Amino acid sequence: MEEQQQFEPKIIGFTCNWCSYRAADLAGISRTKYPPNVRLIRLMCSGRLDPTFVFKAFSSGADGVLISGCHPGDCHYVDQNYKTMRRFALMEKMLVQMGFEQGRIKLVWASAGEGLQFAEAVTGMVETVRKLGPLDWHIRGQSNGHLTKELLLKEDVV
Amino acid sequence: MIEPRIGVYVCHCGTNIAGVVDVAEVSKWASEHLKGRGVVISRDYKFMCSSLGQELIEKDIKEYRLNRVVVAACSPHLHEATFRTATKSAGLNPYLTEMVSIREQDSWVHTDKIAATNKAKAMISGGVERVRYHEPLEPLHVPIHPATLVVGGGIAGIQAVLELADAGQKVYLVEREPSIGGHMAQFDKTFPTLDCSACILTPKMVSVGKHPNVELFTWSEVTNVEGYVGNFTVNIHKKARFVKEDICTGCSICQEKCPKKVIDDVFEAGLGYRKAVYTPFAQAIPNYPVIDKENCTYFQKGTCRACEKLCPTKAIDFTQEDQDISIQVGNIILATGYDLFDSRRIPQYGYARLANVFTSLEFERLSNSAGPTGGKVVLRDGVTEPKTVGIVHCVGSRDKNYNNYCSAICCMQSLKFAHLVEERTGAEVYNFYIDIRTPAKDYDEFYQRVLEEGTIFIRGKVAEVTDAARMAGEEGKIIIQVEDTLMGKQRRIPVDMVILSAGLEPRRDAKAVAKLFGISCSSAGWVIEKHPKLDPIATMTDGIFIAGCMQGPKDIPASVAQGAAAAARVLGRIQQKEIALEPIRATVNETQCSGCRICNNMCPYNAILFHEDRAVSEVNPALCQGCGTCIAACPAGAISGTGFSNEQVMAQIEGLLLLNLEAEPA
Amino acid sequence: MKYGYYPGCSLERNAAAYNVSTMAIAEPLGIEFNEIDDWNCCGATEYTSIDLLAAYALIARNLALAEQLPDNGKLVAPCSACFLNLTKVAHQLEEEETLADKVNLALAEGKLHYTPGSIQVYHLLEVIFNDVGLDNLAKKVVKPLKGLRIAPYYGCMIVRPGYQRTFDNPEHPTSLDSIMNALGAFVVDFPMKANCCGGHMTQISQPVALEMLRRLLKNAADYRADIIVTLCPMCQLNLDAYQENVNAYFKTDYHIPTLYFTQLIGIAMGIPAEQLGIGKELVDARPALAKIGIEVPSEESVPEKKKHPKESLPMPTMSKED
Repeated sequence: MEEQQQFEPKIIGFTCNWCSYRAADLAGISRTKYPPNVRLIRLMCSGRLDPTFVFKAFSSGADGVLISGCHPGDCHYVDQNYKTMRRFALMEKMLVQMGFEQGRIKLVWASAGEGLQFAEAVTGMVETVRKLGPLDWHIRGQSNGHLTKELLLKEDVV
Repeated sequence: MIEPRIGVYVCHCGTNIAGVVDVAEVSKWASEHLKGRGVVISRDYKFMCSSLGQELIEKDIKEYRLNRVVVAACSPHLHEATFRTATKSAGLNPYLTEMVSIREQDSWVHTDKIAATNKAKAMISGGVERVRYHEPLEPLHVPIHPATLVVGGGIAGIQAVLELADAGQKVYLVEREPSIGGHMAQFDKTFPTLDCSACILTPKMVSVGKHPNVELFTWSEVTNVEGYVGNFTVNIHKKARFVKEDICTGCSICQEKCPKKVIDDVFEAGLGYRKAVYTPFAQAIPNYPVIDKENCTYFQKGTCRACEKLCPTKAIDFTQEDQDISIQVGNIILATGYDLFDSRRIPQYGYARLANVFTSLEFERLSNSAGPTGGKVVLRDGVTEPKTVGIVHCVGSRDKNYNNYCSAICCMQSLKFAHLVEERTGAEVYNFYIDIRTPAKDYDEFYQRVLEEGTIFIRGKVAEVTDAARMAGEEGKIIIQVEDTLMGKQRRIPVDMVILSAGLEPRRDAKAVAKLFGISCSSAGWVIEKHPKLDPIATMTDGIFIAGCMQGPKDIPASVAQGAAAAARVLGRIQQKEIALEPIRATVNETQCSGCRICNNMCPYNAILFHEDRAVSEVNPALCQGCGTCIAACPAGAISGTGFSNEQVMAQIEGLLLLNLEAEPA
Repeated sequence: MKYGYYPGCSLERNAAAYNVSTMAIAEPLGIEFNEIDDWNCCGATEYTSIDLLAAYALIARNLALAEQLPDNGKLVAPCSACFLNLTKVAHQLEEEETLADKVNLALAEGKLHYTPGSIQVYHLLEVIFNDVGLDNLAKKVVKPLKGLRIAPYYGCMIVRPGYQRTFDNPEHPTSLDSIMNALGAFVVDFPMKANCCGGHMTQISQPVALEMLRRLLKNAADYRADIIVTLCPMCQLNLDAYQENVNAYFKTDYHIPTLYFTQLIGIAMGIPAEQLGIGKELVDARPALAKIGIEVPSEESVPEKKKHPKESLPMPTMSKED
């Protein structure tokens, strides 16, 4: 009996050194289990997140991008995460216009003590992206209008 | 780019990593598949952080002429410094090392061994790609200003000040109240020795007041902090006392003659009175009084001025204005203490409804010989001595409805109260406890002593403190309703007086103060320390240290120890004269900068200057903290960041998604 | 202000005075009550212990009928037990989809349907306190109840647990106290204000019930209350009808009348006592009311001004400065 292999999404996560990376560490120290689909990149601050990183991640084969930083008001560098918020809002709009489903990019705040919440956010995102299916940007990115339209008509799961 | 020669080291961490991730396979995979990307040698070892593990790296660097190192092990927050040091001792720039966390982010959080191993491979691949773009960096050296600011004049702050001042360094002490001393000045006796609190505190206070190296700002608050470790510029807002400090002799005639009496709800915990012009207590340092504008008849109605008329040296000055003073310091120690839990939040305990229910601080003032009753333990009518007293532990502590944590000092404090009540009044004392927490030196012996003195201990969380009498013998008394869990029965104990051992809480404005200094508070409100076990007096912000109850509830010896520890850390810094800052910085490439100035307003440290003449922006490397927001914001990509450059992150993304395996060999 | 109205079984008979006084004060306070047509018993406290699903369906039928009223989904119940049952079921149906489906299956048999989340249930006290407000209430007072010493008795069911919302402090509620204050009465400190009256224990174990009532009466008597004011028909019945039994059993001599808060609001608003059901209670309230129905209240009804001796220490107050 041939078993259809479950789609394992690849998600790139950007964390800030002070809060969310430590939250991921705390999840590790607490041995909280979450799916292995997320690969984290450490930045000093979520404000460092250049939108091109996100596009690079998608065009390199990621199916989803998770961005995480300190809670608004708690940024180690005072208020840089507000800039992240603004950039994210614009980025999400652009991606949707380009044909991405909304669930593929997510912004989550996690303080250094929120290991459990971080793990839950990752688990939730993995399931969301799994339902959305592979991004296959190298196929979508082609200027084949017919194929893009077909993909756009797929039901959106947020 | 020079030809990369990368060494990959995969740590077993005992079975922490090796139990889930097949480390040998990962190491082999790296040497085979990443060979084309510059990996020259790949090893796995049981404990990379051990001296043998580090030596492995050092040997390989020399033998294989490595110019880059990737260590796949625990979190960089733990051992990045360790491996950087190992690299450095082999003669390679420490910033050419990259750590990949396959423990906290892989083996500890995943159960699927195959998936975890594959993830480890991907992460190492990402690390390898990234490290190819690492550059040798030199830490920035900045001088440390030798002066220190201590905020908070309680026992922790006082200890820190004395350590620094006695070591010959200049210290500024800022205190919000008119006098230093903090909560310790309010207590009567201290446990377990039953030393008189004021007697042991005032000599220290006097030393602070007289010390030539100490500049004392009381009735003042810090309103602005700028700069970075070694170079802080702080603004102190000194409120007007309306008393000329240089000619006031501290004779107290003004206080005696002032006609306006006010309830003192700070020092006397609402149990006593002070005048509108007052010093909080007799041994106040400094001994100059302060005029409380809101209650002074002159400020409110324009009449009286008795103090001005009667002052023998004409030191009263109603025209005095608030001042703003700017100081330069190299390090800051915060020791702002705690606030007491508001017992009105538990209405079933009767505080503020039933006259003879007192909080712990109120009782301290009651039993203090310099307090409103001269040290007589009496009921609220000021005359009657209680015949039975109930002391309730854990009010507002260890309670999911209020504060979940234990306030550390209340058990000892309740035992102290039990002893004092018995000694002063001979009353029958009941202590209602959940557990008896007496962890430190001589504490349990004190508990045993109180037991022998005849105090009755009832194990149970008090359900209700009420005056609703139910049967004969309860009329006119306060009844404590509690389940005696050791007996398994409900009990109603009629007492004359109830003392609530209220818990310790962070200061009401702790969050605002933390924000001012750029540090953070936990969800409970206590300030977050750098490491709860190994570094309780430092914070995530370099140059800002904490001591005392600000970091969490603790007793006096622990506060003193922390104050001294913070001072020692600062002295070490001052002694080194300069500090090396992490070279994670942003730089603007002038040729690419178009002068749009979008970056200027992004910087929270005002580190970006704009040169009008050349119409380009420039980052001041000393002020820049390396957050990178300007780098992401620059539309021309003219700003680059060391340590987290665009090339490094892009390469890491490709590595994580294993695109590098499809690339041409480097 | 329009509300759906669910009187409940007791307001039809035993607590008729409650119903009558509520209706009397509604119009002057600007409240319009729309009684649910063909409402059924709420099951009181017993039914949920017998058959949970059937009990829920029974209660939900009232919610479904209320949904058909054009009153913005607001339903008012004066009886604490009815209130608690209705709000509990409304809340649980919103939380548990499967329960809501099962209940709606049952309701469908009667051609009814309840949309979870569509009805918010309020106790009458909450409506008077929050929606009418103390200021509006004070404006309507023509005969301040000055000199009348009132013990406000909430009973246990109104303040806890808070299903759809928590409307007052469960340990130390103050809304009824504030209302009585607004009417000009002197509110006596009554620490047992939220303690249980015994409920149906009068049917199960009389000695236990009588002891619980004795404690309440003793507390009220110790504080020299003229009247106990309540908002639950069960509490009123117990304190009123069983007071004689308490006196007989414990050899005490309590004569404290128990009235509904709506009756007192009515008196303060100048409505004649007969229109408010005064006189229906077993322990006669007329002597207590006569005290203030006449001229200047006598000396002992006025709270004595506490003279603080010079040595006495200042007392903290309950009002918070935050």
